[in-house]
Formats: sequence, structure tokens, C-alpha cells
Amino acid sequence: MSVLIDAGTRVICQGFTGAQGTFHSRQALDYGTRLVGGVTPGKGGQRHLDLPVFNTVAEAVASTAAEATMIYVPAAFAADAILEAAAAGIRLIVCITEGIPVLDMLRVKAVLRESESLLIGPNCPGIITPGACKIGIMPGPMHTPGHIGIVSRSGTLTYEAVFQTSRCGLGQSTCIGMGGDPVHGIGFIDCLRLFQDDSDTHGIVMIGEIGGNDEEQAAMFIRQQVSKPVVAYIAGVTAPSGKRMGHAGAIISGSQGTAEAKISALESAGVKVVRSPAEIGSGMLSVMKS
Amino acid sequence: MHLHEFQAKQLFSDYGIPVPAGQMLDRSQAVDALVSALGGSAWVVKAQVHAGGRGKGGGVRRVEDEQGLREAVDALLGSRLVTKQTDTGGLPVNCVLVEQTVPIAREIYIGMLVDRAQERVAIMASSAGGMDIEEVATSDPDAILRERINPAVGLQAYQCRNLAFALGLEGKQTGAFSSLLTAAYRLMLECDASLLEINPLVVTEAGELLALDAKLDLDDNALFRHPQLAGLRDSRQEDARENAARQHGLNYIRLHGNIACMVNGAGLAMATMDLIKLHGGLPANFLDVGGGATADKVAEAFKLILSDPQVEAILVNIFGGIVRCDLIAEGILQAIAEVAVAVPVVVRLEGTNAEAGLALIRQSSLDVLTASDLTEAADKVVASLHAGRSK
Repeated sequence: MSVLIDAGTRVICQGFTGAQGTFHSRQALDYGTRLVGGVTPGKGGQRHLDLPVFNTVAEAVASTAAEATMIYVPAAFAADAILEAAAAGIRLIVCITEGIPVLDMLRVKAVLRESESLLIGPNCPGIITPGACKIGIMPGPMHTPGHIGIVSRSGTLTYEAVFQTSRCGLGQSTCIGMGGDPVHGIGFIDCLRLFQDDSDTHGIVMIGEIGGNDEEQAAMFIRQQVSKPVVAYIAGVTAPSGKRMGHAGAIISGSQGTAEAKISALESAGVKVVRSPAEIGSGMLSVMKS
Repeated sequence: MHLHEFQAKQLFSDYGIPVPAGQMLDRSQAVDALVSALGGSAWVVKAQVHAGGRGKGGGVRRVEDEQGLREAVDALLGSRLVTKQTDTGGLPVNCVLVEQTVPIAREIYIGMLVDRAQERVAIMASSAGGMDIEEVATSDPDAILRERINPAVGLQAYQCRNLAFALGLEGKQTGAFSSLLTAAYRLMLECDASLLEINPLVVTEAGELLALDAKLDLDDNALFRHPQLAGLRDSRQEDARENAARQHGLNYIRLHGNIACMVNGAGLAMATMDLIKLHGGLPANFLDVGGGATADKVAEAFKLILSDPQVEAILVNIFGGIVRCDLIAEGILQAIAEVAVAVPVVVRLEGTNAEAGLALIRQSSLDVLTASDLTEAADKVVASLHAGRSK
């Protein structure tokens, strides 16, 4: 088992014929993802990577029964792409695009709240169930099928966690990059709930960073509803206040959103918080053994 | 992106938010001409810098006559203003805003921002205008009124009334307040503002509402659809290195330590700073070179790092995913040779083809240390600092 995606998940790509869409669709196919087609408005009827191209997501869904999409369209058009996927009844929308205006995301989220669709991202590496399905820009080969669920706000730190849990033999059930934007789709709590309910996930790694209070909310949820071991790492202990640290959402506003507050909330919920990013794998291993 | 107060007030005025009569003044303009254009007999001279706390820093001066106005303008223009929000060097005052003084009956705080937890634009209001709203939020959270706006229907009249009556506004003021909030929300949406703050919004002795101060931040991600607003950027108010970095597609923020770091990915870049601190060093910067990490980009990153005289050692931490580590290693070696780096460099490569990448670096004639994991990398770079000092 795994969460959200598996070997049977039928996936399309929006922005299919663009440079990013083409590159990462090819990588996904190489990994074994069941990519069934793609969407580029105006190129419907063509074939690309030996798969059908559609003008609209609705046509793609009607023809391929796709249930998931990966979005590689530029930031100016990404909000529209998400809404189009939701309107077409796509169950899982994975938006990789970075740089979507925050007010666009407020409107998107208001619509998604009324919909059955689940959004991952934007500004994220995507989601992968090792050995089964890769929807995103993460390098496939370093993942190992196993029993640790990983959820993270950062791309390269997810790769660290994957690499370390692979090296120490734990492997991953599913890895979810929720993205670095202040207003985003799936959050820590959603992922923790999915991992808690997944029989194949035996432990959870969560990687947070400065900004907002998602980690504090997650800590409350863990205290009440997560019985599986959780190891956390929070980036940005040395980040200055008022400066955006790369990600649009990684900013300490006044006294809000500091790493210390997040670490202490998680520790008081019984989470093992490792202080060094080098200890994510070993921390998880020691918790799993005890 | 921050705007200056005078730029924000121009936008306020365009959208129908009342502001005091005022005019921006820089070195190119004469005080006499300003006085005849603006009129009045008493003025406030406000330094235009991208930082709060200007009043306490001496950047806001009340003057009672033309002589005083001239002196205040002369004193401020060309100076550097230090406030609690700037570093000790302060920010350059290249222009001032001169406004007619206003007789004030009371001061109110109004802020509009994106509430990320609620996923709504939120309006915050308080009777404690003119104060530091962060302090009010800490000491007396109930003193802050809140309304959250559903993006589907926008700001509603009842929400404006809720705030107006809770603030104790009376008679015509409630209508004026609703118009003002509606205009401010329209400005926020149409200009893609991430923060709009009026602190204070004053009620004059004549009972009129007036935005005495104005703070406006725009969403950098939305500037592509506002070319005119993007042109309002005043890069003289920003860190020169951070600007240079942006032009090369690098994300750089200067800190105060002496160990520089160069990393791919924002989260890993922050984690690398924390790691340096955890191992007894002090990070000199945040630097995300992005996913590509090409030789050109890495060379620019080295130049940027070395332009900071405090830097005594460099930690390069790259997790090669889709871009292979051996290619990245070639880029690093090429960049180090090109830029003639004279401080110790420790390189940690992990991910795809990491061993091949590290081997390339070990075989090179350049004096570069390698590390195969994060802990070793941090230990080595901190140790290289001590070794350098004991020479």
C-alpha cells in the first residue's frame, strides 16, 4: 500500500509539450508512471512521447480516465490550470510551478474547498510512491520502496530525507513535497492523517521550515491522532526575521513563525526533532528500533 | 517589493483613499518651488526609506516655517537614516515627502494582509493607531479587530460597518471609512499587494479621515503583470549584493558570520546555515543557486560570496538530483579557477554520480577539500577556519 498514488494511477501532464513538461514526462515514463496523455491547448490531436495530446483537461479525462495530473505550465497560467483540472474532476492535482501570485492561490483555494480535488503544491517537487509512480521533478533512482512516509515543505531537503532513509535501509512508502508557498494545497495534517491510516507506513518524517504556523498545528494533531513514530527537522534556526529565505512562505514575521517555536511545539507533542539535517535517517532508525 | 510612502500615497490617491496634501522632494527640486506649489505654513518632512521606525530614528520632522523646512530638508537629504529596523549603517535618504500638517483628533490602525492560515485577505484594525501593531498584538491581542474577506464575494459592507462601529466612528465617518476600506481592498487586488498598512489613519479635528502614513508591499511573484509598478522599485534601498544576485538568478541574503555557503534549494540552504552554527561556526549568508547549478551560475555565486570581506571559508553543499554531481563538480572546479578563490573551500556532493564528482575534485590541482556527508562537511569547514587563523 501507499498513499494517494500507486502503480495503477492514471496520470496526465498539463503543459505536456513544453520543455519542462516534456523532460519530466519522459522521466516519469522511464520510472514506470502510468502516464496516459497530456494537455496543451491548441495541440489537441497530436501525439507527443507516443501519447495523445488533448486541448482540454476535460477531453483528456473523457478519453483516458485520468485521475491525477502534473502541472508544468508557467506561473501566469498555473492558477487557471489548477482550476481546469478541478473542474474536469481530476482527483489529485500536483502543481510543480513556482512563482504563482498569492492572490491567485487565495481564489484557487476558495474554489478547491468546494471540490473533491486534492492539490499538492504549488512550488513543490511533487509526490512519489517508490517503485510504482512518480509525479514530479524528484530524481527517481535514489528512492527505495519501504515503510517511511515523508512530507516536506522543501524540495532538496526531501531528497536528503529520502537519501538518508534509503541508505539506512528503511525506504519510503510515499514521499510528498507540499511546497514552499504560503498558500498551498495539501498540508502536514492531511499527510499525517494519510500516513497514520496507511498500513504500509510504519514511521513518518516531517520537514518544516520557518514561516506560518503549519508545524504548530501539526504538533497538535500529532498529539491527538498520530500513534506512529514521527521524526521532524525544522530549517531556519539561523534565519533573520523579516527576510524571505528563498521560498515565498519562508519568512519570520515579527515574532511569528520562528524555528524555535515550531521545534518546541513538536517536541512537546512527543516528536523526535533532530537538530542536524544529517540526522534525519539515523533519527528515524533509532526511533523505529526502540 | 517595498514601495516608498510617497509612491504608496500616490496609489492611495489614485484609488480615492484620502491622503494629506504633500509632495516628494529630491535633490533636483528647490524648496521655494515646493512651498508655492504645496502651500501651507507648517509642514512635516518625512525621510523616504524602506524601513519602519522612522519617527524615533529622527526621520520625521515637524517644521513651523520655511527656514525650518529648508533646514530639515538639508539635514535629511543625502543622509543615512538608522532605525530599529535597519542595520547600523542605515538606509540612504534620497528623497523626502513634505506634507501639510493636519490637526489630529484620534489615530486608528488599519492593515490588510494575506492570512496564510485562513487563506483569506484579512483586515486588522485597532484604536491604538500610531503604535507598533506587533506590540499591541502581544500585549493586548483583544485590542485588534479582524475581518476576513471571502475572495468569491469580496469585502462586504457589513464587514466595514462591523469595524467602523467597533472603532467608535460616528455619523458620516462610518460611510467614509467603508469607502476607504473598499478602495483599499480594490487597490490590494488590482496591484497584487501583499501588505497594505495605514498607521495611523487619522480622524482630523474637522472629522475627516486621512491616511497619514502608508505602507505598501507588492507580491514579487505578480510583478510580471504590473510592469509600471515593477518600475517603482528603488534598488538603492536594497542590499547591493542581494540585487546583483537576483540579476543572476541567485537567491542571496547576507548574514553576519564568516563561513559562506552555496547550496541548491532554499530549504537545504537554510539547513546548511543551521548546520554551520550547530558545529560552532557562524554562517555569512543564505545562498540558493537553484536546480541548474551550472558553471556560470556557480562562478557568479563565488564572486558574490567573495565580495563580502567577512568571508573566511566557503562550504559548497549540493544535492545532485536530475543534474549529475560529476557535471556540477566540473562547474565548481571551473568556477574556482576562474574566480581565483583564496579562502578554504569545502565541497559536499551527494546524489546522482556523487562519487565521480568528488573524485574529480580530489584529482584536481586546486586546493579544495571534499566531504561525503553533511556532518563531515560542517566539521571540515569550521576546522579550516581555525587552521587559517593559526597560520
